[in-house]
Parts: sequence; structure tokens; C-alpha cells
Amino acid sequence: MVAIAVLVAMAAHAVLTNQRFNWSLEGQYFLSAQILHGVSVTLELTVASMAIGVVLGVVLAIMRLSPNPVVSGSAWVYVWGFRGTPLLVQLLLWANLGALFPTLGLGVPFGPEFVTRQTFTLIPGVIAALLGLGLNEAAYMSEIVRAGILSVGEGQVEAAASIGMRRMSIMRRIVLPQAMRVIVPPTGNETISMLKSTSLVAYVPYVELLFATQNIYTRNYQVMPMLIMASIWYLLITSVLMVGQFYIERHYARGAMRALPPTPMQKLRARAAQLNSAIR
Amino acid sequence: MSNDALMVKARNVHKRFGHLEVLNGINLEVALGQVVCVIGPSGSGKSTFLRCINHLEKIDAGTIKVDGELVGYRQRGERLFELSEREVAERRRAIGMVFQHFNLFPHMTALENVMEGPVQVLRRPKEEVRRRAREILGQVGLSDKEANYPSQLSGGQQQRVAIARALAMQPKLMLFDEPTSALDPELVGDVLGVMRKLAESGMTMIVVTHEIGFAREVGDKLIFMDGGVIVEEGNPREVLSNPSHDRTRSFLSKVL
Repeated sequence: MVAIAVLVAMAAHAVLTNQRFNWSLEGQYFLSAQILHGVSVTLELTVASMAIGVVLGVVLAIMRLSPNPVVSGSAWVYVWGFRGTPLLVQLLLWANLGALFPTLGLGVPFGPEFVTRQTFTLIPGVIAALLGLGLNEAAYMSEIVRAGILSVGEGQVEAAASIGMRRMSIMRRIVLPQAMRVIVPPTGNETISMLKSTSLVAYVPYVELLFATQNIYTRNYQVMPMLIMASIWYLLITSVLMVGQFYIERHYARGAMRALPPTPMQKLRARAAQLNSAIR
Repeated sequence: MSNDALMVKARNVHKRFGHLEVLNGINLEVALGQVVCVIGPSGSGKSTFLRCINHLEKIDAGTIKVDGELVGYRQRGERLFELSEREVAERRRAIGMVFQHFNLFPHMTALENVMEGPVQVLRRPKEEVRRRAREILGQVGLSDKEANYPSQLSGGQQQRVAIARALAMQPKLMLFDEPTSALDPELVGDVLGVMRKLAESGMTMIVVTHEIGFAREVGDKLIFMDGGVIVEEGNPREVLSNPSHDRTRSFLSKVL
């Protein structure tokens, strides 16, 4: 205990007294328009990509469990491809799709096209970012949803089938609501992971938090202070997400647990009460 | 007996799990309004046969007709073709099933469990279904439990909700798969009471059970299965008091 306390004190002293950390500069930029714009883009990308990932992930998970081998096979191939290549590479591929297909069009397969557009106008940075992040996330989410679906007992499906329900409505009405308990915790994890993965979009390029930070330090050469400032922002948002995750998990534990886990405040109060009685 | 009074007609039903022959040529006729109890040692194929009747299990040979229609299959010439998922679901509506472990939907209240089929499958208006579901819950003695979730009910209460859920579909046939085997002894009576009332109301029932007393008093026909075949069948009182096969006798000596 004492050793840890001494080490923490030494680290804090080193960080706070070292002029090269340049804390005042970080304070100056922390709420600047550029950084705040980057933060909001990062948040928007996180939410939108997760939405794409969750919806497509559910579809893929259901496809994967289909008795039809073509349907389950295509879902398997999707997961294989999008999980098997680096996210950064996928982002760069989407951003540079124009190199492979200079134009994209709508029309009769192998026949005439009705609408044709330049690929780079059709896929600007933001679309490339959403495609890259969302489609990659869907591969991971599909495995999470599949685990959730498999966690619901076969008896539930049989009972629903015995009252004449069809496969899709069994999935929607009976299986997925019960699978949520298993799906939510890792999805919270994925959201936090997604928040940080959006920084890769800086290489698409598209201006989000990291790109905005880089814009600043290429002008003032304060690389480390600016990166630390960005890290603090990421940590801050992650902390907010963690609180959200705790309460969502607690919500889905209802009915499945006899007593809900205590909230941090309840824990704190219990600890304080313990200390109190120990002192007396 | 004329053919149209038959609710269930099974002909030479075979079922394999891998190399294991679970059903080895089952022939059974159940008349309209009849209560048939099926007993036998575990692994005798009685539950599997019950599950074949509403096509929760596919069969490898033979035919099963419910109310004159093949279940799960369509016959063309000598061959059987499996029906589409939609058609199978449609035929299951008329066949209620009650499971050993209740299998209530845990995220729905008792009332919602009973309403689920009529609303989602039959597309009946919610208000009408709610009224009817309350009536049925009343019939199984659970009027005061409609807002409870399954985890807040005893096993016996859960099983009665499960019976109500099946009845809400107004089935022509009810299948019971060891409905009291997972219950504490003091709760068995309530469930059997509901089943007895149902039998008296004229429902056609096939009951896989270990409750010999129920089979004797409520059953019209008793079937003893072993090794995937029907070893003996007949009037419950006669079979129970004077079994004609050694295997029936040795089984009964263990359970009575």
C-alpha cells in the first residue's frame, strides 16, 4: 500500500512539474472550436457506426443460424472477410474505392445503367468512414448476437412453435428479447472500442478528434501535450459510456436476478457505514 | 369406428437418432374426445412419439395424421414431402402441447403468455383476446396471477399457465409431455385437476405420464411403450391390474 502510494506521488510530481507537458496549452485548446468539432464528429461516427453494426449484426446472426446453407454460408463468408482483415485497411479500401471502380451506377445487371456517378463524389470521407466502421462492426456484432441467440433454450423455440408461431416471429418476439441479457454487456464493450476505433478515420482522411488534434500539433509542434489532451477526451467519453453500460446491464438483469447489483453510490455508502462501525 | 371420428392415426412410424432406432413401427389410433395415456420406462420413445405428432421431430418412415391431415408432410403417390415452414406452423395451431419444463416465456406475464398465440398467430384483436385469456386463466384457477412473471409463480402455477397458453389457440388435440414430472409432489394435484377437467369437457388428449393413478381414473386407453414399440394397449384398469406382457408387469411392479 505504502509503496504504491509513494510511486503514485512520484509520478504525479513528475507529470505536474515537468514544463514539457505544457498543461496551460492543453487547457487552452481543450474546449477550442476545432477540438469540440472533432469530439462531436467522433461521437456521431461512434453512434452511427454502432447503429449500422448492431442492425446488420442481428441480420447476419439470424442468417448464420438459418437452416438454408446458402444463407448461413454467405453470413459466414461476410464475417470471415470483415473480421479477418484489419479495420484500417478496410477504411483505406473504402476511401480509395474510386481507384478500382471510377464510376458507380444503378441499372439492369450487365445491361444499361440509369444513373452513373463518379465514385469519389458518391463516397466522400464520411461515407467511407461509416462503411468501414459499420460493416466491420457488423461482423463482430453478429457473433455477439449469435451467442445471445444460442443462450436461449431450445424449449423456448419449441413452445413458441407449438402455438403455431413462425420462425421469424419466434426470433423477434421470443428469442431476441431474452438474448438481450447476453448481448448487452459485450455490446457496451464494442461501443467503447468503437469510440477509439474512430481515430483510424483520421487516415481516410476525415476530420474527427484525432485529425483535429493532429491539425493543431502540426502547427504548434506540441505533439505530446496535444496527444495527451486528445487522450483525456477519449477517457472522458469512455467514462460516460461505462456509466451508461452499468445501468443498461442492471436494467436487463431485472427478472433474471433475485437482487440487483448495487450502484456505485450504494456501494460507497455501504463502505462508509462499514468504516464508521469499525472506527467505533 | 368410422374413420372421420379419428383424431390421431399413426401408421408404422419409425424414427432414428443416428443409428439408434427410437421408434420402431408405432401404430396408434386416438378417437375424438378420447384420453390416451402413455407410460413406459425412460428411453422407451414415448416423448419422442409425442413430439412427432406435432412435427417437433421429423419421422423417418410411416405416417401420422391428425384430424385426417398429415402433419408436416404432403403425400404425392407413395412418397412424402416435408411441408414448408409456414404450412407446418399452420397445422400446429390445432395441436396444443404442454412440456415437462413448462417453457413459459419468462419475459412475459402470465396473461401475455396466454395472449401471445391468438394475437401473434391468429391475429385476433387484442381486447377480445385479453377477455378470453382471462377466462381461460380463470378456468385453470389463476385469475389472481395474470400480472405475475413466470419466475414469480410456483411450478404448478407455471404449468397451469402453460396449459392455458395452449388452450388459448382452441386446439383440437392436446399433447402432454410428462406435465407433472418436474413438479414438487404437493403441486402435482392442481395440474392433474385441471387436466381432468379438460378431459371431462371432451378434449382429445395424449398424455405421456408417470401418474398411474391419473391414467387409471381419467384415461380411456393406456399404452405401454418399451424399446420404441407399443408393447401393450387397452383399457387402463385391465392393463394395470392384469398386464398380459412380462415387460409391462416388471415395469408396473417398479412404479406402483
